[in-house]
Amino acid sequence: MYQYNKQDQTLIEERVSEFRGQTQRFLNGELGPDQFRALRLMNGLYVQTHAPMLRVAVPYGLLSSKQLRKLASVARDYDKGYCHFTTRQNVQYNWPELGRVPDLLGELATVQMHAIQTSGNCLRNTSSDHLAGICKDEIEDPRPYCEIIRQWTTLHPEFAFLPRKFKIAVSGATHDRAAVQFHDIGVYLVENEAGEIGFRILAGGGLGRTPIIGQTVRPFLEKQHLLSYLEAILRVYNLFGRRDNKYKARIKILVKETGLEKFTSMVEKEWLRIKDDMLLSNERIDEIKAQFAPPAYDATAKNDSSFDAHLAGNSAFVKWVKYNTVEHKVSGYRGAYVSLKAPDSPPGDITAEQLEAVADLADQYSFGEIRSTHRQNLVLADVKQVDLFTVWQQLDAFKLATPNIGTVTDMICCPGLDFCSLANAGSIGVAKEINEALDDLDYIHDIGDIKINMSGCMNGCAHQSVGHIGILGVDKHGEEWYQITLGGSSENEAAIGERLGPSVSKEQITATITTILDVYVKQRLEDEAFLETVKRVGLEPFKERVYANH
Amino acid sequence: MQIIKDRQLLENTWTFIADDIPLPENGDITVTLARWLADKEQLLKRSGQAGVRLNPSDQIEPLAGDLSNIGVIELNFPIFGDGRLFSQARLLRSRDGYQGEIRAVGDYLPDQVFYLSRVGVNAFEFADPNHIQEALAAMNNFSVRYQASTN
Ligand code: SF4
Repeated sequence: MYQYNKQDQTLIEERVSEFRGQTQRFLNGELGPDQFRALRLMNGLYVQTHAPMLRVAVPYGLLSSKQLRKLASVARDYDKGYCHFTTRQNVQYNWPELGRVPDLLGELATVQMHAIQTSGNCLRNTSSDHLAGICKDEIEDPRPYCEIIRQWTTLHPEFAFLPRKFKIAVSGATHDRAAVQFHDIGVYLVENEAGEIGFRILAGGGLGRTPIIGQTVRPFLEKQHLLSYLEAILRVYNLFGRRDNKYKARIKILVKETGLEKFTSMVEKEWLRIKDDMLLSNERIDEIKAQFAPPAYDATAKNDSSFDAHLAGNSAFVKWVKYNTVEHKVSGYRGAYVSLKAPDSPPGDITAEQLEAVADLADQYSFGEIRSTHRQNLVLADVKQVDLFTVWQQLDAFKLATPNIGTVTDMICCPGLDFCSLANAGSIGVAKEINEALDDLDYIHDIGDIKINMSGCMNGCAHQSVGHIGILGVDKHGEEWYQITLGGSSENEAAIGERLGPSVSKEQITATITTILDVYVKQRLEDEAFLETVKRVGLEPFKERVYANH
Repeated sequence: MQIIKDRQLLENTWTFIADDIPLPENGDITVTLARWLADKEQLLKRSGQAGVRLNPSDQIEPLAGDLSNIGVIELNFPIFGDGRLFSQARLLRSRDGYQGEIRAVGDYLPDQVFYLSRVGVNAFEFADPNHIQEALAAMNNFSVRYQASTN
């Protein structure tokens, strides 16, 4: 993975001292709350229900074991012994004390980590495919381009005060695991007719209040023009994006109100002007690519036979392998998910002890690296099949082996009412209740690939509108109610879920979900997946049952 | 009042003349973009220098032909978070080739001068004199620059 050079390190250290000064000025009353708000947000610091919440960047979801151990020690020393992985592959601490945040950031800087631009109206952390570099369906590894974008976005002087937050995602595979179409800018690595690899650039996608699927502004862009094209889009957005209404300020509204054609011509005009001055050289690309070179895989890994023997002898292991591991492009290896969706713990949460256990496993069995996924789990990407049994046992000992990846209990869930001051309704408690109702693993495995996404308010941090089943917390006369959507997807066949009907009360939400699953089981044809069934039969059969007694 | 220009402190000589106030005969003045475009000739006949005060929503393109006659361009922040002025500065320098003074005025923070300096702003006026020293210090907050920009 990318290792900081001296410059990179200096920058994050300078950022820590800048923030130390800003915090001091605020605590001394020299900086007003509004002003400090904008400055602290650009450093990932929110003020939440109980305490400040700090969001730490995990660039494109890649972490070293050393960084994981640091996250653990920070969790112990500055928080309550745990942290939370978000839907944008980042980490959140829910209980740091404002005055100590500069020290906390100083600690993170010792392992090349920071919280720069993890919130606020600026260029955010770039996200990517958690199976980058190991999946079989990859055109090219997206991570070098993510790193190039990371550097370009960091403290970009012109785009630090945008109309609204701005998120970029890059995917290099044919299967989109990074929700690229729902980002302000989406970048796909593609091959053109001449066999050259370049980028397809999308703009104007987004979730939140008004979910919109991004549209292609340029079907093929040569690699050397990546940064000039991004700069042109950002300049048009910065100048013309709406600033009069924060709900209309995302680029998706600009693209929609301007029209794709006109928007594209504005971007292209600016791009043509600047493109020759901002070329990305092949040497530069190769230099960054070298930092993502494949690790030293063992060519004899595939000769192992113990893996099959374990599979034959242990049905729990079989389940785990089936659900929590993925194919690897190198034979004899698999990627192993670390499930952060144990039934009794909030989705995405991980304790300091668990972080350290995963770090140890990464060191022993996966080249010292870990990835975070946008569905709030972790991945050990390069595990030899001979080691999988041991890895499984050890993960299991730390409650990190629930065999539920991609199933209904692998829910995405925002912090909701428990932590977030914007929430209308709780989400963690509901997730727990649904988990308790779905305690039969065989049933969960039988119903297969179902993605439930649950957000505590319209901001949609858990991307409920693209969940196969979306749950959205709404406030009804001061009570917690939930609106349900069906049929959303953030993958290749991107779709926004359709509203099932009137919202349901907190008492009914779990029963409503189990009813929906029930209807699916009755309606499905053979091994038809949930999403396919919803597409085929529409919402009616679900409505009929859910609202039967209303 | 003192301002920062090219990292030095100096005495301000410019006055902004609002649209409803008649143009004074002498002295260095700035006016709104609308007034500049309407009264250009009259402005250039005066004995003092003339400049333009831009607001974030101004379309700067009509100004391109006049830049050699403009002594200063002020970027007026109504609120510090309005980032359009950053792009305007960048375009004035890199696209339109403006080489005169670009000055930040209005409601912005010393914490922003590092960014502003990098998009081509070379002068800073603050209503609060305490901000001047803070701004001078903040210019050196970072020694690392990832992007090609105006500086
Ligand atoms: S979706 Fe709403 S409640 Fe949930 S974290 Fe985001 S802002 Fe908070």
